[in-house]
Amino acid sequence: MKKRVVSLIMVAALAASMFAGCGKKEAAETSSEGKVLNIQCWNDEFRGFFEQHYEGYEKIDDASGKIGDVTVKWTETPSKDNAYQENLDRVLKNQESAKADDKVDLFLVEADYALKYVDTDYVLPVADIGITEDDTKNMYQYTKDIVTDSKGVLKGVSWQACPGILFYNRDIATEVLGSDDPETVQEAVKDWDTFTATADKMKAAGYKMTSTVNDTYRTYSNNVSGKWVQDGKLVIDDNLMKWVDDSKKMVDAETTVGTSELWSDDWNKGMFTENAVFCYFGPAWLINFCMHGEEDGSVAKAGKWGGCVGPQSFYWGGTWLCAAAGTDNADLVKDIMYKFSCDEAVLKALVEDNDQFANNKPVMNEMAKSDYTSKVMGGQNPLPMYCEGAEKVDLSNLSAYDQGCNEEFQNAMKNYFDGNASKEEALELFYKAISEKYPAVELPE
Amino acid sequence: METKRKGFNIKTRRTIAYIVLILLTIMCLFWFWVLFVNTTRTHSQITTGFSAIPGTNFMNNWKSIMDGQLPVWTGLFNSFFVATASAVLTTYFSSMTAYAIHAYRFKGRKFIATYILMIMMIPTQVTALGFLELIDKMGLDNSFIPLIVPAIASPITYFYMKQYLQSSMPLSIIEAARIDGAGEFKIFNTIVLPIIKPAIAVQAIFGFVASWNNYFTPALVLHSNEKKTLPLLIATLRSADYLKFDMGKVYMLILFSIMPVVVVYLILSRQIVEGVAVGSVKG
Amino acid sequence: MGKKKNTNKRVNRYNYWGYVFLIPFIAVYIVFQLIPLVTTVYNSFFEHYREGLMEIGPNFIGLGNYIATFQSPDLWVYAKNTMIMWVMGFIPQIVISLILAAWFSDNRMRIKGSRFFKTVIYLPNLIMASAFSMLFFALFSDGGPINYMLMDMGLLAKPFKFLSHIWSARTLIATMNFLMWFGNTTILLMAGMMGIDSSLYEAAEVDGATSTQRFFRITLPVLKPILVYVAITSLIGGLQMFDVPQILTDGKGEPMRSSMTLIMYLNKWLYSKNLGRGGALSVLMFIITGILSLIVFKMSGYNDED
Repeated sequence: MKKRVVSLIMVAALAASMFAGCGKKEAAETSSEGKVLNIQCWNDEFRGFFEQHYEGYEKIDDASGKIGDVTVKWTETPSKDNAYQENLDRVLKNQESAKADDKVDLFLVEADYALKYVDTDYVLPVADIGITEDDTKNMYQYTKDIVTDSKGVLKGVSWQACPGILFYNRDIATEVLGSDDPETVQEAVKDWDTFTATADKMKAAGYKMTSTVNDTYRTYSNNVSGKWVQDGKLVIDDNLMKWVDDSKKMVDAETTVGTSELWSDDWNKGMFTENAVFCYFGPAWLINFCMHGEEDGSVAKAGKWGGCVGPQSFYWGGTWLCAAAGTDNADLVKDIMYKFSCDEAVLKALVEDNDQFANNKPVMNEMAKSDYTSKVMGGQNPLPMYCEGAEKVDLSNLSAYDQGCNEEFQNAMKNYFDGNASKEEALELFYKAISEKYPAVELPE
Repeated sequence: METKRKGFNIKTRRTIAYIVLILLTIMCLFWFWVLFVNTTRTHSQITTGFSAIPGTNFMNNWKSIMDGQLPVWTGLFNSFFVATASAVLTTYFSSMTAYAIHAYRFKGRKFIATYILMIMMIPTQVTALGFLELIDKMGLDNSFIPLIVPAIASPITYFYMKQYLQSSMPLSIIEAARIDGAGEFKIFNTIVLPIIKPAIAVQAIFGFVASWNNYFTPALVLHSNEKKTLPLLIATLRSADYLKFDMGKVYMLILFSIMPVVVVYLILSRQIVEGVAVGSVKG
Repeated sequence: MGKKKNTNKRVNRYNYWGYVFLIPFIAVYIVFQLIPLVTTVYNSFFEHYREGLMEIGPNFIGLGNYIATFQSPDLWVYAKNTMIMWVMGFIPQIVISLILAAWFSDNRMRIKGSRFFKTVIYLPNLIMASAFSMLFFALFSDGGPINYMLMDMGLLAKPFKFLSHIWSARTLIATMNFLMWFGNTTILLMAGMMGIDSSLYEAAEVDGATSTQRFFRITLPVLKPILVYVAITSLIGGLQMFDVPQILTDGKGEPMRSSMTLIMYLNKWLYSKNLGRGGALSVLMFIITGILSLIVFKMSGYNDED
């Protein structure tokens, strides 16, 4: 506890941008093409796709490449501790005063905070750089909702969609519900009340319904009827309060393992037959990344997962491309954004080579009709479900406050679930956290 | 008191001492074992549970760190450079400052001594924002200078040196040296420094370790991968995309980062441990 | 004061060297610490934060930030949490360190392998706090090995959620701080003991003093300057406690913020880039630390004149 420089992790990055000047936006000048194309990202996923699928790109090293005589520079800032956003805030605010070759041209955002950038003049409308409504017509609507600003202007594009489904354990389904058939299971989880009732049945048979209360949060929060902040005032949606009440019931009835975080060790345990839980919520990538398919003893290796749509539709994950205002490479930026969101050849390649769920309805519907089956899912073809889910996701109630509010809401409610606070106390804690994060937001009485 | 009880007899006390020491040793070394075990396991094994028995994935994790995109050897060099330079500067100049307060009677001495004690109480974070603004203005962004030079003014090291001088540096020795005609700098460098060597070793270790493990300031200042120190590289690895995220690699890089500092510690700690064994250094 | 007057004139001639030796420290201090400090204090009088990418302020609001800080009990709650967790870690730390130092310095104990023990105790400090917290978290998670062990032994019927209970969470944090820093303290004390003339111990032994007496009559008084140093720096470090609870509780200070420390609270304001509230909190923390340190100085009878 003594002589050390305390590592104030969060401050670190954000301070970096603190004193950056507050600049006004400058109109996009597309007249001349700059020599350097600057791309801001938080990992190498998109760069990998780019190297593989963007014609004419010559890779120099991991941080740079060339397209014709334009140098492409990748700046990778990890998203840990908010560092990516802090860095992005700083460069965007410096955009006006930066030298042409240092101006950021293209940057990547995630859904949780996309609106923070999209709803400012730092991002160019896609129409302004030359991507038309006709180009974007085949995209899934929700992928456009996420990057549509408060005036209804589309400001970003994505190559992928990440619709989620409910994965259930086939053995448990057969034992408790009498069948592992997706339709039977769907009937048992068709809405939240049925879901909770099924959880009690699972308990009676000695199984837990979910691994943690947080498993279901995303599904509830994707289906709210209003934004987090309305007219400057914080509003907690009924569907979120329903999550609180349903979850509290499940914790008290011990039909869920606990209140651990997603990704935690405790959360992972249910992926194995020994500690199996009935279901998980997730998109396709949950299989590759979380289900331990290569490991002995995992439900995935035994091919014992099944999939059904679940109580409500939701999505999880995804990356969007945004063109920065002030870019000096507008034509090139347009071409990149177009290729990685509208060009069917590139999108098909992404599906085939990189297991992406492409953001293009005709392409995906065609794939859904194929005889593709998933080994992990015992030979089921999940694509039609994803396609159906992706169409149903409605994110018109997204706001720039989502990331902060959702995080703090789950944090605060954990105290209620764990019995450390009453519901009112937990809500008070949530309000306090919001007042720290967003001083200008008015709190409910 | 003395007649009533003489304390435990020496054998009992020794036994208690051994039990306590062995328990503490286990508590201290246990973490290194767990860390090592985790470097031998795959991501999947680590996320599904804890194990006290090593797995077989050590070489794979090692290779993926070495062949990965992160410049770990450069990071090692950067960390080494920054930590060594700060440790040297902080011990040398703090000793010098402490010596100034300890050995000379000048106007304002008391004020300066009190003032330094006061600034010691300011948490590092409190001034971080101002610090960064300054770095930007001075054009020292993405440079090692803001990580190294401020080590010269370390009130806490100064305070320790002063306390140490107070208990083991009689002014008469300095007097004698002056009579021999030695200059003030020479006295400091050739007489004072050797006497406080154990204290310097202690603060050099602490300074080196603090700088080596520091995440806060480097994260503010360093942006490019070639400049990053090891803790920043670990953070980079931990924030990797979910498809690439690999705890086995993370633990391997942590081990890679800890081993050099363990070696440096073992070298420097001889100074202290042997010093204690000899008993008195006092002249 | 009397001492000063008696100082020999010859010495006075050299005294200006004191200024020369202070130059590097003071120059670096002014540039890298004083200027940033002044900025921080200045900021505390302004309303100045960001919402998304929008910057609000700076508007001068006088003591507004201070008033707002005092209007909620948070500052005191988190100060109390910080102090509780510091004391929980510091007391065992100082006791164990003193005992170890006494054993190592007692030549009648003749502890075998003492060099090994002396070396090992500092090792936990070499693990980065973040890595250490990760390991601790895995060990004490709801389905972690500690819970399995306790259940196998029949001590628990179902997993104990260590991080969901106020006192177990605080105890874990205090334990980690203890493990990380007791070796550091012991090393400081041992280095301090080098100043002790071994002939003192020999004389005491001849006089038939018990080891307890030797400890309290010889070791402790000589160690006093170092003990004051340990107490003060540990207090300052304790008030700055951040990384361990931050990582162990994922920045939340759960449950119900009972393990939230002052710096974690400061961090919350800095997240919204609230320079005003953050600045005010910084200034208040400085004052709190100053008062507490003054109390320790006074209690220890610390004397700045040699």
